[in-house]
Amino acid sequence: MTATDVSVDRPVGTPAAQRFRLSGPVLLLGLAGLVVVLSLARVITGANDITSAGTVSAALGLAVPIGLAGLGGLWSERAGVVNIGLEGMMVLGTWFGAWGALQFHSPWAGVLAGAAGGALGAAIHAVATVTFGVDHIISGVAINIVGVGFTEYLSQLVFTDMPGGGTKNSPQLPKMGTVSLSFLNDPLRTVEAKHWFVVSDFAGVLRGITQDVSWFTILAIVLVPLSFYVLWRTAFGLRLRACGERPLAAESLGVNVYLYKWAAVIVSGVLAGLGGAFLSLVAAGIYRDGQTGGRGYIGLAAMIFGNWRPGGLAGGAALFGYTDALQLRQGGVSVHALLLVVALLLVAVAVYQLVRQRRGGAALITGVVAIVVFMVFAVTDTVPEQFTSFTPHLTTLLVLSLASQRLRMPAADGVPYRRGQAK
Amino acid sequence: MTGFLDRLFGRVRLGGWLAVAAPVLAIVFAVLITSVVLLVAGKPPVEAFTTLADYGTQPRTMVLILNSGVMYYISALAVAVGFRMNLFNIGVDGQYRIAALVAAAFGGAALVPGVLNTVLVIVIAMAVGALWAAIAGLLRVTRGVSEVISTIMLNAIATGIGSWLLQEHFGVLTGNDLGTRPIPEGARIPGMPLVAGTPLLVNGLLVLAVVLGVAYYVLLSRTRFGFELRATGKSETAAVASGVSVKKMIVVTMVMSGAVAGLIGLPELLGASYKYSNNFPTGLGFTGIAIALLGRNHPVGMAVGALLWSFLDNSSNQLQLIDISKEIVQIMQGVIVLSVIIAYELVHRYRIVADQRRVGRQLAGSDGPGGGNGGNGDVSGRQAVEETA
Repeated sequence: MTATDVSVDRPVGTPAAQRFRLSGPVLLLGLAGLVVVLSLARVITGANDITSAGTVSAALGLAVPIGLAGLGGLWSERAGVVNIGLEGMMVLGTWFGAWGALQFHSPWAGVLAGAAGGALGAAIHAVATVTFGVDHIISGVAINIVGVGFTEYLSQLVFTDMPGGGTKNSPQLPKMGTVSLSFLNDPLRTVEAKHWFVVSDFAGVLRGITQDVSWFTILAIVLVPLSFYVLWRTAFGLRLRACGERPLAAESLGVNVYLYKWAAVIVSGVLAGLGGAFLSLVAAGIYRDGQTGGRGYIGLAAMIFGNWRPGGLAGGAALFGYTDALQLRQGGVSVHALLLVVALLLVAVAVYQLVRQRRGGAALITGVVAIVVFMVFAVTDTVPEQFTSFTPHLTTLLVLSLASQRLRMPAADGVPYRRGQAK
Repeated sequence: MTGFLDRLFGRVRLGGWLAVAAPVLAIVFAVLITSVVLLVAGKPPVEAFTTLADYGTQPRTMVLILNSGVMYYISALAVAVGFRMNLFNIGVDGQYRIAALVAAAFGGAALVPGVLNTVLVIVIAMAVGALWAAIAGLLRVTRGVSEVISTIMLNAIATGIGSWLLQEHFGVLTGNDLGTRPIPEGARIPGMPLVAGTPLLVNGLLVLAVVLGVAYYVLLSRTRFGFELRATGKSETAAVASGVSVKKMIVVTMVMSGAVAGLIGLPELLGASYKYSNNFPTGLGFTGIAIALLGRNHPVGMAVGALLWSFLDNSSNQLQLIDISKEIVQIMQGVIVLSVIIAYELVHRYRIVADQRRVGRQLAGSDGPGGGNGGNGDVSGRQAVEETA
């Protein structure tokens, strides 16, 4: 959540006095506070993996496809097209990414091919929703069905004949380069291994985000501020967002709404395709059937969590990536420790509600929930491994049900538009 | 040229044939696309389709088609209940799996004898499906969470909880297959020898599917509740104005959709494998969505869609004999769905335009100021139609 991104586009006339404002220092303080809470939970439970470099690095890797899918959703929904077909476009991205990398013996060719694959799915979505005015969710669901069928057929056709390939997976893909700030590695590793309170946690986090970071990850991170810049700081972006808020008003000002919606949906597909390509090229190094595992949907949830803003979306992606990473690293123990973190955070929220907002009732409810979570934490030793598999989904659901009241989506999101209906 | 268009848009009355024409055209289009895909891969399309048709019309295959069709149809009904109210219950998938698992566990435990056990299984399946769907409904009305997102998340959660329940509580290992205890014989529903020329029996739950289809029709088209449901789907504001509580409708519809979703697993539980195991059919919820779209939420349309879908699924394996991968069928299914929804939309627009022309002409004919050129009449006609639509 960048500082700039919250301060713009505030609806005129809302009383901002009592509202919580997120500025740069507050954000940094919040992040530091989060690390302290995590550190506390780590010291109490001994679940060392919740702030280890391995977890942070995995979280970063897992956040990238979710974030790219979310960015894809952002582009299309800002232009008023709901894109539940992100999942299908991501699936296309995984296959085309793998195919491109194998065909041209370069991972970057795979990146381009994955983007093109996503754009292909997006073109179908644009034809259906923008040109023909089909219901957006119906079209998206259909694209998810087509995407899976198409890639399964293609892998049957292409990968079966390759050495190491099969009907459901590709051969090993060419590796993509990584960057490391290697001078930091050893000192940070030493500090992390001491398991000191807070200090080691910061070392773990730092090491996680500075070692072996794929170039693709960096590209993905750059795309977040870039999307913000294009959508909020250029005339093109203003017109595109106008198509999502008031298409008829945009039309009356001479904006070709169809064109902008088309462009937005195609960019959306490119981003989702990149997310898919990341999964096959970087995360797994191989294409597999069903590799996306619903990450397109989680990306959509991250976007909603981020209130249709790039910064918030990145925060959501990081959160979901982190919970996803925890289940891979000592899943049961780590997720169990996470319960304590949640309880502590809820206590903090309750105190905030009581002291700063003077909302006693809300604070009471939050407090009770905190106690319940703590009880669950206290009476169990670990979380069953099957439960850890849906940690990100449950997090999504909880976050949305707690936060959805304050979210505002583009006014004409999902509303079919036809030219010439302005009266 | 204008004469032709006038005739086409203005005077020719559009009957119900257009509604049938749309899916037929879509299927033809899908066949064309599939043929192109096959040709690109260097496979003979004609041979592929004749293979599908030949295999699909054998008595044995027809029974298989009916049997999967029953599950597809119930799934489509579950989805359609929500669709009629503009509620997208993407979570049918999770609802039926968790419902079938719990129902199978209770049925296998044989708490009550014979037919009572059958009833118990059905009631539990409906109750669990309804409860699971109710979460999404309640989140929507109390917290404003879109049911699309919440049901997708609930699907993943159902998968996790389901595998936990199966592994830790309900599961019994037979060979390599982890499953619930089989439902005892007294509670099973026997098959029916409906198709001549094969020893295979048609699943007895076909009756349930037919009953549900009729109930769906009656409920939506012949009751006050159904009217309110459809009204809410068409225009929420109009529904509110006529005294419908939209929040209540959302929860009730979601619960109904979930209860029907709970029934999807019954043909398997009571008429086929009698247990919930790792081999239990998955993804039926998404098949249901596709079929509901295909059949335009109409009970008969969805039945045709379910049979078509089931035909393609069951015959696809046969394609491998002539060296065509069976996944081509999935492409075909996807293209059918996409082109059907586009075709319906085009037909819908065509109708609106035709109606506008017709009304415009009538208005122009009845009073003078509109004049002969139809310009004014056209506009007022459109307004008239938009107000009624």
